[in-house]
Amino acid sequence: MSAVTPDQLHDDHHHHGPTGLMRWITTTNHKDIGTMYLIFSFIMFLSGGVMALTIRAELFKPGLQIVQPEFFNQLTTMHGLVMVFGAIMPAFVGFANWMLPLMIGASDMAFARMNNWSFWLLPVAAILLISSFFVPGGATAAGWTLYAPLSVQMGMGMDLTIFAVHIMGISSIMGAINIVVTVLNMRAPGMTMMKMPLFCWTWLITAYLLIAVMPVLAGAVTMILTDRHFGTSFFNAAGGGDPVLYQHVFWFFGHPEVYIMILPAFGIVSEIIPTFARKPLFGYASMVYATASIAILSFVVWAHHMFTTGMPAATQLFFMYATMLIAVPTGVKVFNWVATMWRGSMTFETPMLWATGFIFVFTMGGFTGLICAIAPIDIQVQDTYYVVAHFHYVLVAGSLFALFAGAYYWLPKWTGYMYSEFIGKLHFWCSIIFFNITFFPMHFLGLAGMPRRIPDYALQFADFNALASIGAFGFGLSQLIFIVAVVKCVRGDGKKAAASPWEDAHGLEWTVPSPAPHHTFETPPVVK
Amino acid sequence: MSTRASDNRSLLMRLGIAAVAMFGFGFALVPFYEAICQATGLRNILQPDVVENTQVDPTRQLTIELDANTHDLAWRFRPTQNTVDIHPGQLVEITYEVTNTRDVAVTGQAVPSYGPQIAGDYFKKLNCFCFEKQTLAAGETRVMPVLFVVDPKLPNDVHTITLSYTFFEVEGTQAQKTAPGGRS
Repeated sequence: MSAVTPDQLHDDHHHHGPTGLMRWITTTNHKDIGTMYLIFSFIMFLSGGVMALTIRAELFKPGLQIVQPEFFNQLTTMHGLVMVFGAIMPAFVGFANWMLPLMIGASDMAFARMNNWSFWLLPVAAILLISSFFVPGGATAAGWTLYAPLSVQMGMGMDLTIFAVHIMGISSIMGAINIVVTVLNMRAPGMTMMKMPLFCWTWLITAYLLIAVMPVLAGAVTMILTDRHFGTSFFNAAGGGDPVLYQHVFWFFGHPEVYIMILPAFGIVSEIIPTFARKPLFGYASMVYATASIAILSFVVWAHHMFTTGMPAATQLFFMYATMLIAVPTGVKVFNWVATMWRGSMTFETPMLWATGFIFVFTMGGFTGLICAIAPIDIQVQDTYYVVAHFHYVLVAGSLFALFAGAYYWLPKWTGYMYSEFIGKLHFWCSIIFFNITFFPMHFLGLAGMPRRIPDYALQFADFNALASIGAFGFGLSQLIFIVAVVKCVRGDGKKAAASPWEDAHGLEWTVPSPAPHHTFETPPVVK
Repeated sequence: MSTRASDNRSLLMRLGIAAVAMFGFGFALVPFYEAICQATGLRNILQPDVVENTQVDPTRQLTIELDANTHDLAWRFRPTQNTVDIHPGQLVEITYEVTNTRDVAVTGQAVPSYGPQIAGDYFKKLNCFCFEKQTLAAGETRVMPVLFVVDPKLPNDVHTITLSYTFFEVEGTQAQKTAPGGRS
């Protein structure tokens, strides 16, 4: 797992080594591994999506029609786990693998062999997680947060989930270490830290967050495991433990985790907007500092997820104000993006549409986050659909939209062909319209008091739920358009892409041909 | 190239150590949390409460309903009376009776809860069998007291308080499990 050694560098044109399936299993090439990460995360995205649609089908009208409550609880739990750990996080790691070495002028990731290992742990974890549906008692139904005491009482599906979380945690930590080392040590001559594209910066900070908090999650689920099988009482009230302690440990991980899922999205958007506004990013340095501030603040806000656990008012106030403080650096970012667009020569190709859509819809999710941060309001909306609406606005319209923006932006670099603008735009408009049809009504449902994670509801919630379900199916089906766009690109049904297919894109990744050759920057470029 | 490889390796080591340290930090949060709870008195369910106000308010009458449950525990557990009428500020003793119906000694821990929840803040227990674990020999029956005062500051709209105990078997003593003794 050393850096790429000179004897690997002889030949750019012929790929040595195994072919067929073994090529993918044994590959240490950052582009191959990035591709595998992206394909894996898209498969997990579709599986989590099927779970979400089953949930929405059940909620289409009041009463129980399609699934039993026990299975419904398993679906909500697994939908969350699959989307967070299987879809969003690996997708960003896939982008990091593909783009970081190209952006900083490195020939590969710092530890190429470890990179292969980080990826191949993921399918193992995914199989463990999904197979838990088929064990006696079914998958874990404790919610994606795996709160004690439920998680201490569940059947063996919970054990499979714990091991899956362990494995995914190890994979993330190895991936994160690889990214930190690559960004800090492998930059091309002249590529100073403050010249790096913002995507590198946001990923560097995200990688530090991952190293800091994934082990805490591993510790929390290990404590559940020992409470379940080895007679400890960390969370077992009868043995002197406290279930609320689990919530503290979990959210100490959980809050930085939500920034792990959004900071790389900020990075992608910060690459795309300057390109299509044809202006340099406004306030580059302030963007870096804002990202770092968000990361640091994320460690002191966790208890805003637990305002109803009976903490003293002083503690509630502290976490309320600390949380609201995060709006300041986040606001800096949003204003900087808008300022970048200001008087720019903007064109709205598909990546720019997604990025603009991201700013618009993510900011709405940010505002509902501020509302949830206010302790007296949070106590009203805790565990209602208002919270569901909030985190889907930031996670779907935030992280996922940025991922699509990045995918369309770099698809020409990855495949060598332009995607179809018509298909890309259709995907965007279907997604953003159906997204809002799905999740906007949930704000009203939550304010009216509809609790989350329950398969049945009172009659007065019926209309908005039917609307949300229709939107969800529209949103789900819209994602199939993306498959068409990518398949057409990969098969070469389109215009051949130039090395720099965008009129005003800057960055080292656009200096290599499209598609990016298997080996790039074996001689480091010099950045002036 | 070789200096870069060794730089990479030393950074890998340092980051790896950081990750292992953070794994330990997760466990360090447990004693830290307990210390904070102790220092702030947030979760002193195993300690007697301090009674500040013992001025009996004879104009107000409260009904205390007593409830008993067990959780996966083969004990017979019931209050010796179902309800008791009291005045706020009055020192009251009630008793619960518990029988171990198993043929082995079993240790259990009772956890109280209150209805309405807010009453818990005003229900001051001076002595309670729930302050410690109870070990009952096979077939043993024990009558256990609870000595309490309801603070007269209890909101006026509360007329009935339900005191409910649930006995849990302390992990590690269950006959069918062979795991070593649990953390106390």
